[in-house]
Amino acid sequence: MTAIRKYWISLIFIGLTAFVYAQPGHEGHNHPQPAPQQQSTDTGQHPEAVGATPHDPPAAGHSDCGHLLSEEPEFNAGDNAVHHIADANAIHVIGNTYINLPCILYAPGHGWKLTTTSTFDAHHHGNGAYSEDGYVLVHGSVMRFQEEAFAQGRVKIDDYAHQEKEENGKTKYLYSAIINGQCHPLLAKSTLDGGLMGGGLTNFYDYSITRNVFTMLLTVVLLFFLFRSAALAATRRRGQAPKGLQNFLEPFVTFIRDEVAKPSIGPKYEKYMPYLLSAFFFILGLNLVGQIPFFPGGANVTGNISITIVLALITFLITNLSGNKHYWEHIVWMPGVPAILKILLITPIEILGVFLKPITLLLRLFANISAGHIVILSFVSLIFILGKAGESVGGSVGGMVMSIPLTLFMSALELLVAFLQAFIFTMLSATYIGAAIEEHHHAEDHH
Amino acid sequence: MYAAIGAGLAVIGIGLGIGQIGGKAMEAIARQPEALGDIRSNMILTAALVEGAGLIAMILSFFVG
Repeated sequence: MTAIRKYWISLIFIGLTAFVYAQPGHEGHNHPQPAPQQQSTDTGQHPEAVGATPHDPPAAGHSDCGHLLSEEPEFNAGDNAVHHIADANAIHVIGNTYINLPCILYAPGHGWKLTTTSTFDAHHHGNGAYSEDGYVLVHGSVMRFQEEAFAQGRVKIDDYAHQEKEENGKTKYLYSAIINGQCHPLLAKSTLDGGLMGGGLTNFYDYSITRNVFTMLLTVVLLFFLFRSAALAATRRRGQAPKGLQNFLEPFVTFIRDEVAKPSIGPKYEKYMPYLLSAFFFILGLNLVGQIPFFPGGANVTGNISITIVLALITFLITNLSGNKHYWEHIVWMPGVPAILKILLITPIEILGVFLKPITLLLRLFANISAGHIVILSFVSLIFILGKAGESVGGSVGGMVMSIPLTLFMSALELLVAFLQAFIFTMLSATYIGAAIEEHHHAEDHH
Repeated sequence: MYAAIGAGLAVIGIGLGIGQIGGKAMEAIARQPEALGDIRSNMILTAALVEGAGLIAMILSFFVG
């Protein structure tokens, strides 16, 4: 008995390893094909059923539209990592279990559509078996048929395919749905990035409650209840030493007030404390929730550029709307500098700086968090790469031995980065706000 | 391919910058060991700022290539 008490941690590890060994391999294991009519002919290159290895040359499982999504392709670590840090319309919990979220979709000319992802009847890898009014679900994200003919009603989809295409030196992924052997191209949702990150305006807009929105709402509700209970405790125990949750949260609040707000903003810091505290705990909470690998965490929210754009936009608005005459004078017409230099050099640079400072804020947060997630996902993908996606158990165990210490180290670093980036965002916001409301105190230097 | 080379060059910049920060911090601690806490927090802060700039370049090269 004492041996178990001494070595229970190692026993848990050994048990987990045995569990890994005991899993059936992936050779010849295809998805349970539901019914024979689902396997319609697709230009005669019909993929074999159970028993074929998924690593045949591309002739099996390949049709005119590209690689079929129902066949398991070679494990691509880069695509897998990008897929895991991207947003999705359904929360992928484990295996084939998805949590369906509401969809709010708008197509110009066809109006709004409010539904949930359960209407797409997705069973394998989040690929919907049916299309609903022209919308389909591919890998957990909503897409829409490019052709107008599908814009109404419910059509049964046989399979999906995707292929790469070189366009202007960038590889674009084109998805298509296969119905009765015919390829029908699909379009992803519209994004406002103008093609910079593979987006652009398409034929529908997606305003759904996606995984990121769900995680943000969850974090906000959690933070609200945490701080409400701490604030109630603070008012009830006024004058006494804090304990419990209030004791845990008070050092953070006091730190933001004494080290960030008061030195940077000065005597009028109380007006901006709500925003600084909200920004700090929102970013910190989202970073930490993104680090948890399973549901309800694991959604990469702050590593998504849309969210950081909004945070930087709020800082930009607060800074510039509370800028006083002194601030704008320093930007547009810096006193004490020759006029010609101001027109040519100083004023354009300062105006550029007004926009560039929030841009660096958002890019810094976005790059730190998403780069950390990509690295952790790559380390976990080591297991799959070395195990050749399930073929070689010895390789995957070797990958596990290499990957676990690396992943642990990277996760610890990510924990540090989570706190640090939240603090840096708040500190820089406070510095910019402080520079905007600074009073004129060196009257003896210029004019 | 060039995107990966660009990302590597950006990381060289990060390495040089953080190395310099760390070196000066070590010298400062050696000169005044009782200021260890202040120096350490400032060092980590400045290192995160430098790393932020380099990671911006790295993520841009991810998206371009």
